[in-house]
Amino acid sequence: MGQQLLNGIFLGSIYALFAVGYTLVFGVLDILNLAHQAVFMLAAFVALALVADAHLSFWVALPLAVVAGGLIGVLLERIAFRPLRGRADSNISGLISSLAMATVFEAIALQFFGPDISRFPQDTFPDRVIRIGDATASLLQVLIVGIAVVLMAVLTLLLARTRLGRQIRAVAESPRAARILGVNVDRAIAMAFFLSSALGGAAGVLFGLAFNSISPDVGRGVELKGLAVIILGGMGSIPGAVIAGFALGIIEVFTVAQIGSSFRDVVSFAVLFLVLIARPRGLLGRAAAREA
Amino acid sequence: MTDLLLAYQSLFAFVGINALLALSVYATLACGQLSLANAGFMAIGAYTGALLTFHAKGLPFVAVLAAAALAPAIVAVPLGLPVLRLRGVFLAIATVGFGEVVRLFFVNWDFTNGALGLVAIPQRTRLWTIVLALAVALYVLGRLRGSRTGYALEAIREDETAARTMGIYTTGHKMAMLVLGAALAGLAGGLEAHFTFMVAPGGYRFERVVDWLVQAVVGGTTVFYGPVIGAAFLTVLPEILREAGARLGLAPGPFRMFLNGAILLAVILYLPNGLVSLPARLRRRARGAA
Repeated sequence: MGQQLLNGIFLGSIYALFAVGYTLVFGVLDILNLAHQAVFMLAAFVALALVADAHLSFWVALPLAVVAGGLIGVLLERIAFRPLRGRADSNISGLISSLAMATVFEAIALQFFGPDISRFPQDTFPDRVIRIGDATASLLQVLIVGIAVVLMAVLTLLLARTRLGRQIRAVAESPRAARILGVNVDRAIAMAFFLSSALGGAAGVLFGLAFNSISPDVGRGVELKGLAVIILGGMGSIPGAVIAGFALGIIEVFTVAQIGSSFRDVVSFAVLFLVLIARPRGLLGRAAAREA
Repeated sequence: MTDLLLAYQSLFAFVGINALLALSVYATLACGQLSLANAGFMAIGAYTGALLTFHAKGLPFVAVLAAAALAPAIVAVPLGLPVLRLRGVFLAIATVGFGEVVRLFFVNWDFTNGALGLVAIPQRTRLWTIVLALAVALYVLGRLRGSRTGYALEAIREDETAARTMGIYTTGHKMAMLVLGAALAGLAGGLEAHFTFMVAPGGYRFERVVDWLVQAVVGGTTVFYGPVIGAAFLTVLPEILREAGARLGLAPGPFRMFLNGAILLAVILYLPNGLVSLPARLRRRARGAA
């Protein structure tokens, strides 16, 4: 019981980290960025290349890969989102153009890394086990949860307290009003993409390390989980995404333990479906989205 | 001509099947709704068709195909009732969820061999069957254009609230197009199952809907034949460019993917109404230059 809970929290921390970036962009632009999963995947490959080929320590590779993820996000915004701004159907055309970028990113990863599963070298991380009560967790799992929580806390503080955070929130509220008040809207949106993609990239690196398997299509499964999380949490709400991420991780682990592993994915889609039908605004719906 | 037809028979068949699927995505897009449940509808159609061929011996192929189209259409009604209240992105996400649930249902269903699926389905689909099915689909969608229903759909696409205010029964129209799209996807599923000899849950992943959406958008969603042009273009182009890619030292898989993504991006950014709007645009440009 305690063990399952721990495993659920561990899985949930990665879902939450992925979904926070997802929901941040949605909150600002009202566009679903379907290339988020490709950034997740590319950052994992960047970290892998840095550790395996450049022989860097993981602690150097992680921040570098996170920054790389953020920069890919800025590029993504520039190519696929900015040209569409102001178009009437921008939320559907943005969805499609981000899909196009996801395809391009995946093709690039396929060309460079091949379709097979890549793995981190054996000794990337010390294999140590920690006991918590009557449950056990690896040092790696504990660190992953720690890193995820710290990153999410940093994002929350950044949005709440800094000038940049206020600008991003202002744009989320109303781009036109923000522009009138002297906010550089393009820059605020680019920064939102940087933050979102950096967190998505961090989730990718941690996911790749935790399950020790990275492939060009690794993001696809996580993307659908991420959708379930942001719907459950309420579109655009960052605290909602955090809560829902952990909740989904825990629900999933318990489903696998109680019913069987083939029902793992059914649960997330069932959750997604039921929430959309019963309470489309999610746990912390619109009102909270304004604060995020 | 006959040589060409024989040599590329399966390519033409896939163009036809993809065209039907792109039309199934177009059906809901025509009234401004992005529904991505079609892989699930296709799976239901394919399994229905295959099971009938196996277990109802002697049933004519036309009846099998009709059932393959009908089964997902029936499922679409209870799905549509709650889901069509959602708008835009929310509808897309809910329907993605539905599609995955259908796929996972077949993965877990022992009667159809779970993830392995059904194999050795007799090949009953001929090229002319596909052409005929596509012709019927185009006839139905073509007749909508300029009709009362067609104008209603266009009004809903442009502004749903305004359309409702004008007295258009928006829910009914949206439901009708969802059901029509489901039937088209199911028909394509039945055709494909009896052409490739097999059905397996892995063949109905979310990525496939994305392909059809891409084909519909690249072709153009403002007219009914746009998706067919998009499907033909995107199915044939990689075959033509395969040589060129190989010469550049690119593996065919990634190259094809890259091309798909790049074309989609270019179309959505620079040609929002798709390839069908290209001639008019070129003409306008030529006139502007002169």
